[in-house]
Amino acid sequence: MTASSPGVTLDREHALTLLRQMLRIRQFEDRCAQLYTELKIRGFLHLYNGEEAIAVGVLGSLEPQDAVVATYREHGHALMRGVPMNALMAEMFGKHTGSSGGRGGSMHVFDVARRFYGGNAIVGGGLPIATGLALAEKLAKHTGIAACFFGEGAVAEGEFHESLNLAALWRLPVLFICENNLYAMGTALSRSESVTDVRAKAAAYGMPALAVDGMDVVAVQAAAQSAVASIRGGNGPQFLECRTYRLRAHSMFDAQLYRDKAEVEAWRARGPLITFTTRCKAAGLISEADFLQLQKEADAEVDAAVAFAESSEWESVDELERWVYAERPA
Amino acid sequence: MTADAVTSPRMSYREALREGLRDALRSDPRVFLMGEDVGLYGGCYAVTKSLLAEFGEERIRDTPLSESAFVGAGIGAALGGLRPIVEIMTVNFSLLALDQIVNSAATLCHMSGGQCPVPLVIRMATGAGRQLAAQHSHSLEGWYAHIPGLRIVAPATLDDARGMLGAALRCPDPVLIFEHIGLLNMEGNLTTGAVPVDIDRAAIRRAGRDITLLTYGGSLYKCLEAATQLAADGIEVEVVDLRTLRPLDDALIVDSVRRTHRVLIVDEGWRSGGISAELGMRIVEQAFFELDAPIARVCTAEVPIPYPKHLEDAALPSVPRIVAAARALVSREP
Repeated sequence: MTASSPGVTLDREHALTLLRQMLRIRQFEDRCAQLYTELKIRGFLHLYNGEEAIAVGVLGSLEPQDAVVATYREHGHALMRGVPMNALMAEMFGKHTGSSGGRGGSMHVFDVARRFYGGNAIVGGGLPIATGLALAEKLAKHTGIAACFFGEGAVAEGEFHESLNLAALWRLPVLFICENNLYAMGTALSRSESVTDVRAKAAAYGMPALAVDGMDVVAVQAAAQSAVASIRGGNGPQFLECRTYRLRAHSMFDAQLYRDKAEVEAWRARGPLITFTTRCKAAGLISEADFLQLQKEADAEVDAAVAFAESSEWESVDELERWVYAERPA
Repeated sequence: MTADAVTSPRMSYREALREGLRDALRSDPRVFLMGEDVGLYGGCYAVTKSLLAEFGEERIRDTPLSESAFVGAGIGAALGGLRPIVEIMTVNFSLLALDQIVNSAATLCHMSGGQCPVPLVIRMATGAGRQLAAQHSHSLEGWYAHIPGLRIVAPATLDDARGMLGAALRCPDPVLIFEHIGLLNMEGNLTTGAVPVDIDRAAIRRAGRDITLLTYGGSLYKCLEAATQLAADGIEVEVVDLRTLRPLDDALIVDSVRRTHRVLIVDEGWRSGGISAELGMRIVEQAFFELDAPIARVCTAEVPIPYPKHLEDAALPSVPRIVAAARALVSREP
């Protein structure tokens, strides 16, 4: 379709699907930001605005038997993995009908039925766990793989290096996806890494490592599909660096003193939704009416999710200490 | 002693640990072991010697020196349906995996609303007494016992050395097993044909009516020796082996205190903020008016464990210190 997505021919159905998925995440999170100002959502709220192409491109390339580990900026991943929007919104509110029973909130979405293992808010902490999920697949001779999302900030953590080494050493079926948005909260990559080429660090562990334009959903999807096929074929782990940008603040408490407004605006013009929509329109795949229709559908789903969350019950305080330990079958 | 015990083979605590591992690996194909030098080398303390030959590289996995990665991989493998046993060489090295143990293993079940129990077993060596100095000799099990979501056990007998692992693997929660290095060469007879051991309750290792000694792990035998010496003077000591530090068996502890009315806590951990403080406070909360004397403690001196033998010995609870502290308590008027 374009030079940045070589070899990929989109049809109208595919274009509509990708746009619908990205819009769904965007509309959900825009409402979350509003709900945060209304004090319906509390705690830390990290929005994915600008990075939607990655969750859509990668998670659309997985199968139900695959395991997913994400970070505290995981609403998009959860939605793409099939976590119902009602349960996700209820989790944002902390209601008992939430995907984690309301226990985790925005940063800790779990849905084991869909093999979605969080929602990990320790930077780098998810990599060893994903490595272990991949080990379980391999030892049990199952066909699933593990997909692990993290930001470029995790690259400075020991757990990144330990996990990539272990996964490569044991040839485990895991796809590491680095969402490189250039800032670890407020610390720019160039201010925290002696070598800023993230892809090269992964390649040093002897695994195939590719960097793609994380703003291009088609490019991400093509790269992910190729990586997943190889991993599922028993060829060991792979690394995918998706170069992207967080268009909103790190969290709702961030005054963004560490970056220029001009820089943000330049990246905004490259945003995954606007560029994809523009390209699809230019190619005659979708119309403005299509876009508005998809937006309307997403808004309606968000409205219903908010109503669901609002009307849901809080967990009883009597349950406070439940699940500190697992309940054993009688 | 039962007839079975007589016919059972004499073995060391180390061998009993190995038998426990064998039992687990033989009985459940989901069980595997991973850690530093557990395979070809046979284990830092030779606990896992010969297991690689018997069970193969898939199930006896040598890891890189990456505590955080292999403990976290244990969590992931447990979530993925397996029953991993992770060996960490010493409790001191476990601090390199503290993020995975405290932030993930201990939290996932509660934080996910019960969706993610973590049936992971982590074994590690603990304790002093072998002149290994300040980075291989500490007793941090009481510190781990602070964490909701973890279960903390300390086998002190051969039966527990063998049986607690199986009990831990049957438990759906993360269980940390602390194996005292001072016990590894201790020999005895396993009780064969016994029912599987639990990891919920304390045990009375010697019954007595004058004073309760609360202890666990490597200090158990110091307490039993002290009890023997005190018996010569007519002081009847009850020795309670806590066995599990989380959960604590309050019922047995309080019951013993109600019978003896005097308590001495013996802990190889440090006194400040330690498990001995927790034990003392629980007794105060539940049996204060049963006490005929203040609760006393014999703990390790508040220093990093030093290398030379005379300083290491001086730092640790010893039989003479235990005897003296018990005597002082018994001689106090109610």
